Amino acid sequence: MLNNFFGFKPDRSKYPSVNEDGSLNIDLSSHQYTKLWLGPNHPGVTGNMAMELTLNGDEIVEGKTHVGYLHRGFEKLIERRLFVQGFPTSIRMCVAEPDTNEYLIAACTEELSGYDKQIPDMAKWLRMLSLEMARLQGLLRGVPGQAGTYSLGIGVQWGVYLRDLILDRFEELTGARVYHMYIIPGGVRGLLPEGFKARMEDNLKDIDDFIVRIKKLMFDNAIFKKRSIGQGIVTKEMVDKYGVVGTTARASGVKRDVRKDNPYLFYDQLDFDPPTAEEGDIYARTFVRWQELIQTVDLIRQIMAKMPEKGDIRAQMPNVLNWRIPKGETYVRIESGRGEYGMYYVTDGSDKPRRVNLRGPSYTHGVALLEDLLVNTNIADIHALMVSLQTCPPEIER
Amino acid sequence: MKELVEKLNTKYALQDIIYQRDNMVFATISKELVIEAITYMRDYEGFAHFVMMSCADWIEDNKFQLTYILNNPQQRCDVALRVMIERENPTMTSAHHLWKQVWTYQREIREAFGIQFPGSPRVEENFVLEGWTDKPHMLRDFDTHEYAEKTYFPRGGRTTNDPATYMREKLYPNQPVTAKKNKNVE
Repeated sequence: MLNNFFGFKPDRSKYPSVNEDGSLNIDLSSHQYTKLWLGPNHPGVTGNMAMELTLNGDEIVEGKTHVGYLHRGFEKLIERRLFVQGFPTSIRMCVAEPDTNEYLIAACTEELSGYDKQIPDMAKWLRMLSLEMARLQGLLRGVPGQAGTYSLGIGVQWGVYLRDLILDRFEELTGARVYHMYIIPGGVRGLLPEGFKARMEDNLKDIDDFIVRIKKLMFDNAIFKKRSIGQGIVTKEMVDKYGVVGTTARASGVKRDVRKDNPYLFYDQLDFDPPTAEEGDIYARTFVRWQELIQTVDLIRQIMAKMPEKGDIRAQMPNVLNWRIPKGETYVRIESGRGEYGMYYVTDGSDKPRRVNLRGPSYTHGVALLEDLLVNTNIADIHALMVSLQTCPPEIER
Repeated sequence: MKELVEKLNTKYALQDIIYQRDNMVFATISKELVIEAITYMRDYEGFAHFVMMSCADWIEDNKFQLTYILNNPQQRCDVALRVMIERENPTMTSAHHLWKQVWTYQREIREAFGIQFPGSPRVEENFVLEGWTDKPHMLRDFDTHEYAEKTYFPRGGRTTNDPATYMREKLYPNQPVTAKKNKNVE
């Protein structure tokens, strides 16, 4: 009864019929089906990606993801550059949270060159602060963004304003708003400016207020509930089958968080418990992210309270222009705002990497998982589905 | 972790075993055994999470290195299995039947390195380079600079600095150059 009321359950028992080889029998000349390209430029599509949809009425019977509209060959370019020159290139592989790339490429190069044990504690705390600030600005866009897909646009405006305040803090800490280049090999670029903590606390108080307001706007809203409950369900069994990670996995009852499972930096000194849900639908994913917003604010407060006031911020590193790293390979992962975010890094003893391969959550969420979840979805719900899976095309095509 | 590696070594004759971290090991396995090994690890050893699949081009050895990284969420450890395959007419057994996202990796590796995965769904479809007719773009002998010179017309008023030279001149003007150019990079 609940599913019939909230969920959209079309009868697919008779059409489209299935061919002997298992493919769908879709005859466009029958006028029963329509091909529709959604994107690559569409306000509801997350970034520049396109979906090739086959529709029956307004229901999707088949969906294919097309990427490549943002491909700039970052991984190939990094192979042609010195290790340090890979940093400004790598951060552009993910616009939503570029700091994760900064940390990963720093951690990979430090581990392979043997400097990972020499990173000063102060630098680790500052790295953690910048990563949590990146998570916060991402959530301030992502959580109300989910409301935006259901035309509850006021939440997006609140979120964009508050995200800008966090970008102000980034600007005074790093000199840049989006691509910070703050985490560098051996440590970070600078200490906190004077009065930073007080200004950050002011911003966090505003965000506390926003958290209460956005809850009323979204989770107490009949439209939001009716359109998100029972939609785009990712079951617990699908998590490993599709390589689902992060809040999407946690909203399906699979409690995995790299910060807890394989703690890096000083996450083992922070007190937090990743929120989870069982339902696995769009509503559950959004609610988990809203809880994560509360947690991220708390984590930033914990970090600012626990971090030392002063200290070394950078290990003694070799001249970056003559830096050679012995032959080796590693895979380093961290928990980004969207889930496990990893980098496979291969060196050959020269002054440039042999291979750099990014593993972003969107690589699985935005292709294999999205294509399967699109089937039987109403065309009006595609954007909500995409935003709920937090697809980010640049990290798919790199 | 060591017990598992010993078990895998007995069954699949691993080579070049490197413990990169306490909870991460890299090892080389034969091309014929890797699919069986990852199936065994998934079904019997709890490596349910397929992290990623990647490829590196060792042009000087005339080999491709395929790397399958698997994670055990309960034990919180990773095993990365390397497979070396010949660079000429490279073909690899598909693993798309094991995890749903594997065909995406295989499709990308087919496009980027030219390795064939017979039977993998939609493997012949372009992934990011629509209408690409040149050689696979991630090969070490694909010259990106030459391609850019050939493809994009020069635009007046633009100047280009070699980043390495420019940085050296700006940051260390008096320091002698000691790093040698990597001969394997165009």
